[in-house]
Amino acid sequence: MAVTSAAAQPRRSTLSRILTFVSESHNALGFGFMLPAAALLLVFLTYPLGLGVWLGFTDARIGRPGIFIGIENYEYLWDDAVFWLSVFNTLLYTISASILKFVLGLWLALILNQNLPFKSFFRAIVLLPWVVPTVLSAIAFWWIYDSQFSILSWALMEMGLIDHRINFLGDPENARASVIAANVWRGIPFVAITLLAGLQTIPQSLYEAATLDGASRWQLFRYVTLPLLTPIIAITMTFSVLFTFTDFQLIYVLTRGGPVNATHLMATLSFQRGISGGQLGEGAAIAVAMIPFLLAAILFSYFGLQRRKWQQGGGD
Amino acid sequence: MTAIETSKRPELDEGGMGYLQSVPRRVVTVYLPLLIFVIVLLFPFYWMTITAVKPNLEMTDYANFNPFWVVHPTLEHIRYLLFETSYPGWLLNTIIISTAATFLSLLAAVFAAYAIERLRFSGARQVGLAVFLAYLVPPSILFIPLSVMVFNLGLYDTPFALILTYPTFLIPFCTWLLMGYFRSIPFELEECALIDGASRWQILTKIVLPLSVPGLISAGIFAFTLSWNEFIYALTFIQSSENKTVPVGVLTELVRSDVYEWGALMAGALIGSLPVVVLYSFFVEHYVSSMTGAVKE
Repeated sequence: MAVTSAAAQPRRSTLSRILTFVSESHNALGFGFMLPAAALLLVFLTYPLGLGVWLGFTDARIGRPGIFIGIENYEYLWDDAVFWLSVFNTLLYTISASILKFVLGLWLALILNQNLPFKSFFRAIVLLPWVVPTVLSAIAFWWIYDSQFSILSWALMEMGLIDHRINFLGDPENARASVIAANVWRGIPFVAITLLAGLQTIPQSLYEAATLDGASRWQLFRYVTLPLLTPIIAITMTFSVLFTFTDFQLIYVLTRGGPVNATHLMATLSFQRGISGGQLGEGAAIAVAMIPFLLAAILFSYFGLQRRKWQQGGGD
Repeated sequence: MTAIETSKRPELDEGGMGYLQSVPRRVVTVYLPLLIFVIVLLFPFYWMTITAVKPNLEMTDYANFNPFWVVHPTLEHIRYLLFETSYPGWLLNTIIISTAATFLSLLAAVFAAYAIERLRFSGARQVGLAVFLAYLVPPSILFIPLSVMVFNLGLYDTPFALILTYPTFLIPFCTWLLMGYFRSIPFELEECALIDGASRWQILTKIVLPLSVPGLISAGIFAFTLSWNEFIYALTFIQSSENKTVPVGVLTELVRSDVYEWGALMAGALIGSLPVVVLYSFFVEHYVSSMTGAVKE
């Protein structure tokens, strides 16, 4: 600041006066620094969010701006069995995958928190499914789930556990289980590594004290690990639930919503109706219908977390 | 459990009271589950690799060839992929788009994070919260309105459609990560510089940024990986084959008829994964520590 104003002192042009003002006022400087990020986010995030809500009230199609039709799209969706099926699928997918990811991820985190040889090597290996592009690993799963040449079917048949090939993606129930399994596979590393970070912040002395008091291993976990891990669990699971709920890639690669819409999620249905089918208005309406669920998930975890903290503080 | 065993470990390290467990018990509770986890988590990659180098004959003949191994490895699929498809072009597109989007986002995020964390303008906290909320807005609910915008702006089917839309999820993430980093830099350093007459710009470029290079690297890697992996925008906003990115190209162009080219598909998936895996393995420590740092908030 001093450098610029000293140089510009002899003849204070308007520009240098503005510069001085800007660099001396936190608000003006803050505004200037925020400008690039704010501009990009407002134009490409906030505006589209509003535009999406607006599109949901129109009959826009690809190549034709729609006119306002009120809640007609929503009325149509309300009577649409496929839409409700997709809501059910999304909830089933989110809830079961999240629970599995949490349990398995926590388990893996607890294992990795032990004193292991090659600890950092294992941590690095475990993160791989999360790093690799989802679409590309989903293509590998597609091949693993192939109806004719599935390696899983082959291995199970060789072991004598089953006597005919499993139709992983062709049968509604199997397809649901298969996509959930693939999602869990991809989600475990994130949960495990973030929870591992949380585990490492828990002081060892607490475990020592509890052990001296005669706590069993389960009690150590239940009364030391779990309460101290709750805040990180809440954050991690909020993200996990959010990304599972809005998942698109995995389903698009593996089943495209089939068989008979059994794996259609709201995001894939929105794409199918909005982009492939060209009914932008209807697709936007489906996307907007996801927002209440997302808000509910965020609020649930946020307030659940707050309350928990408060209870713990008050209880002591 | 014996005194000898405890004395072998001088101090309690990160493993804590692991020494209280007997060896057989550790095998059952730790090593066996870990082995299963690692096998399950890595098997798809192994399967991808082995299929990519397998001749078509072996790939479908499980009776005569053990599918878990390859007898006559071949580079035929990779040759086909690199010389007879548009794959190299997709790789180039993905590199250009990811790099541009990463730089754009990092630039915007550095300023935003510094302003929120250190300039303390009025409403900084609210802006910080808004940035966090922006991160929670998923692409799945934005792609339809964004496709309308992209079309109206004349960006449809150009790399700019992706370069300009990827920052919507990169900026919030990078800003959030960098805010954590800037917070760890002592205020005193900046105060000293202010007293010495440095401008805010000089403080940012000469003090804060050099100190937060690790944070910048991890934010950059995260952003690059996220844009490399992005799918729904790339699928929606890009039409022509030569402008596609790797994930979209592999899925939409290599799967044509009923006869899937599994070898080429797996080779495409493998090569498409390699850059992020290599990048990530170089900086894995940054990666893990910044991820944990971002979560610790």
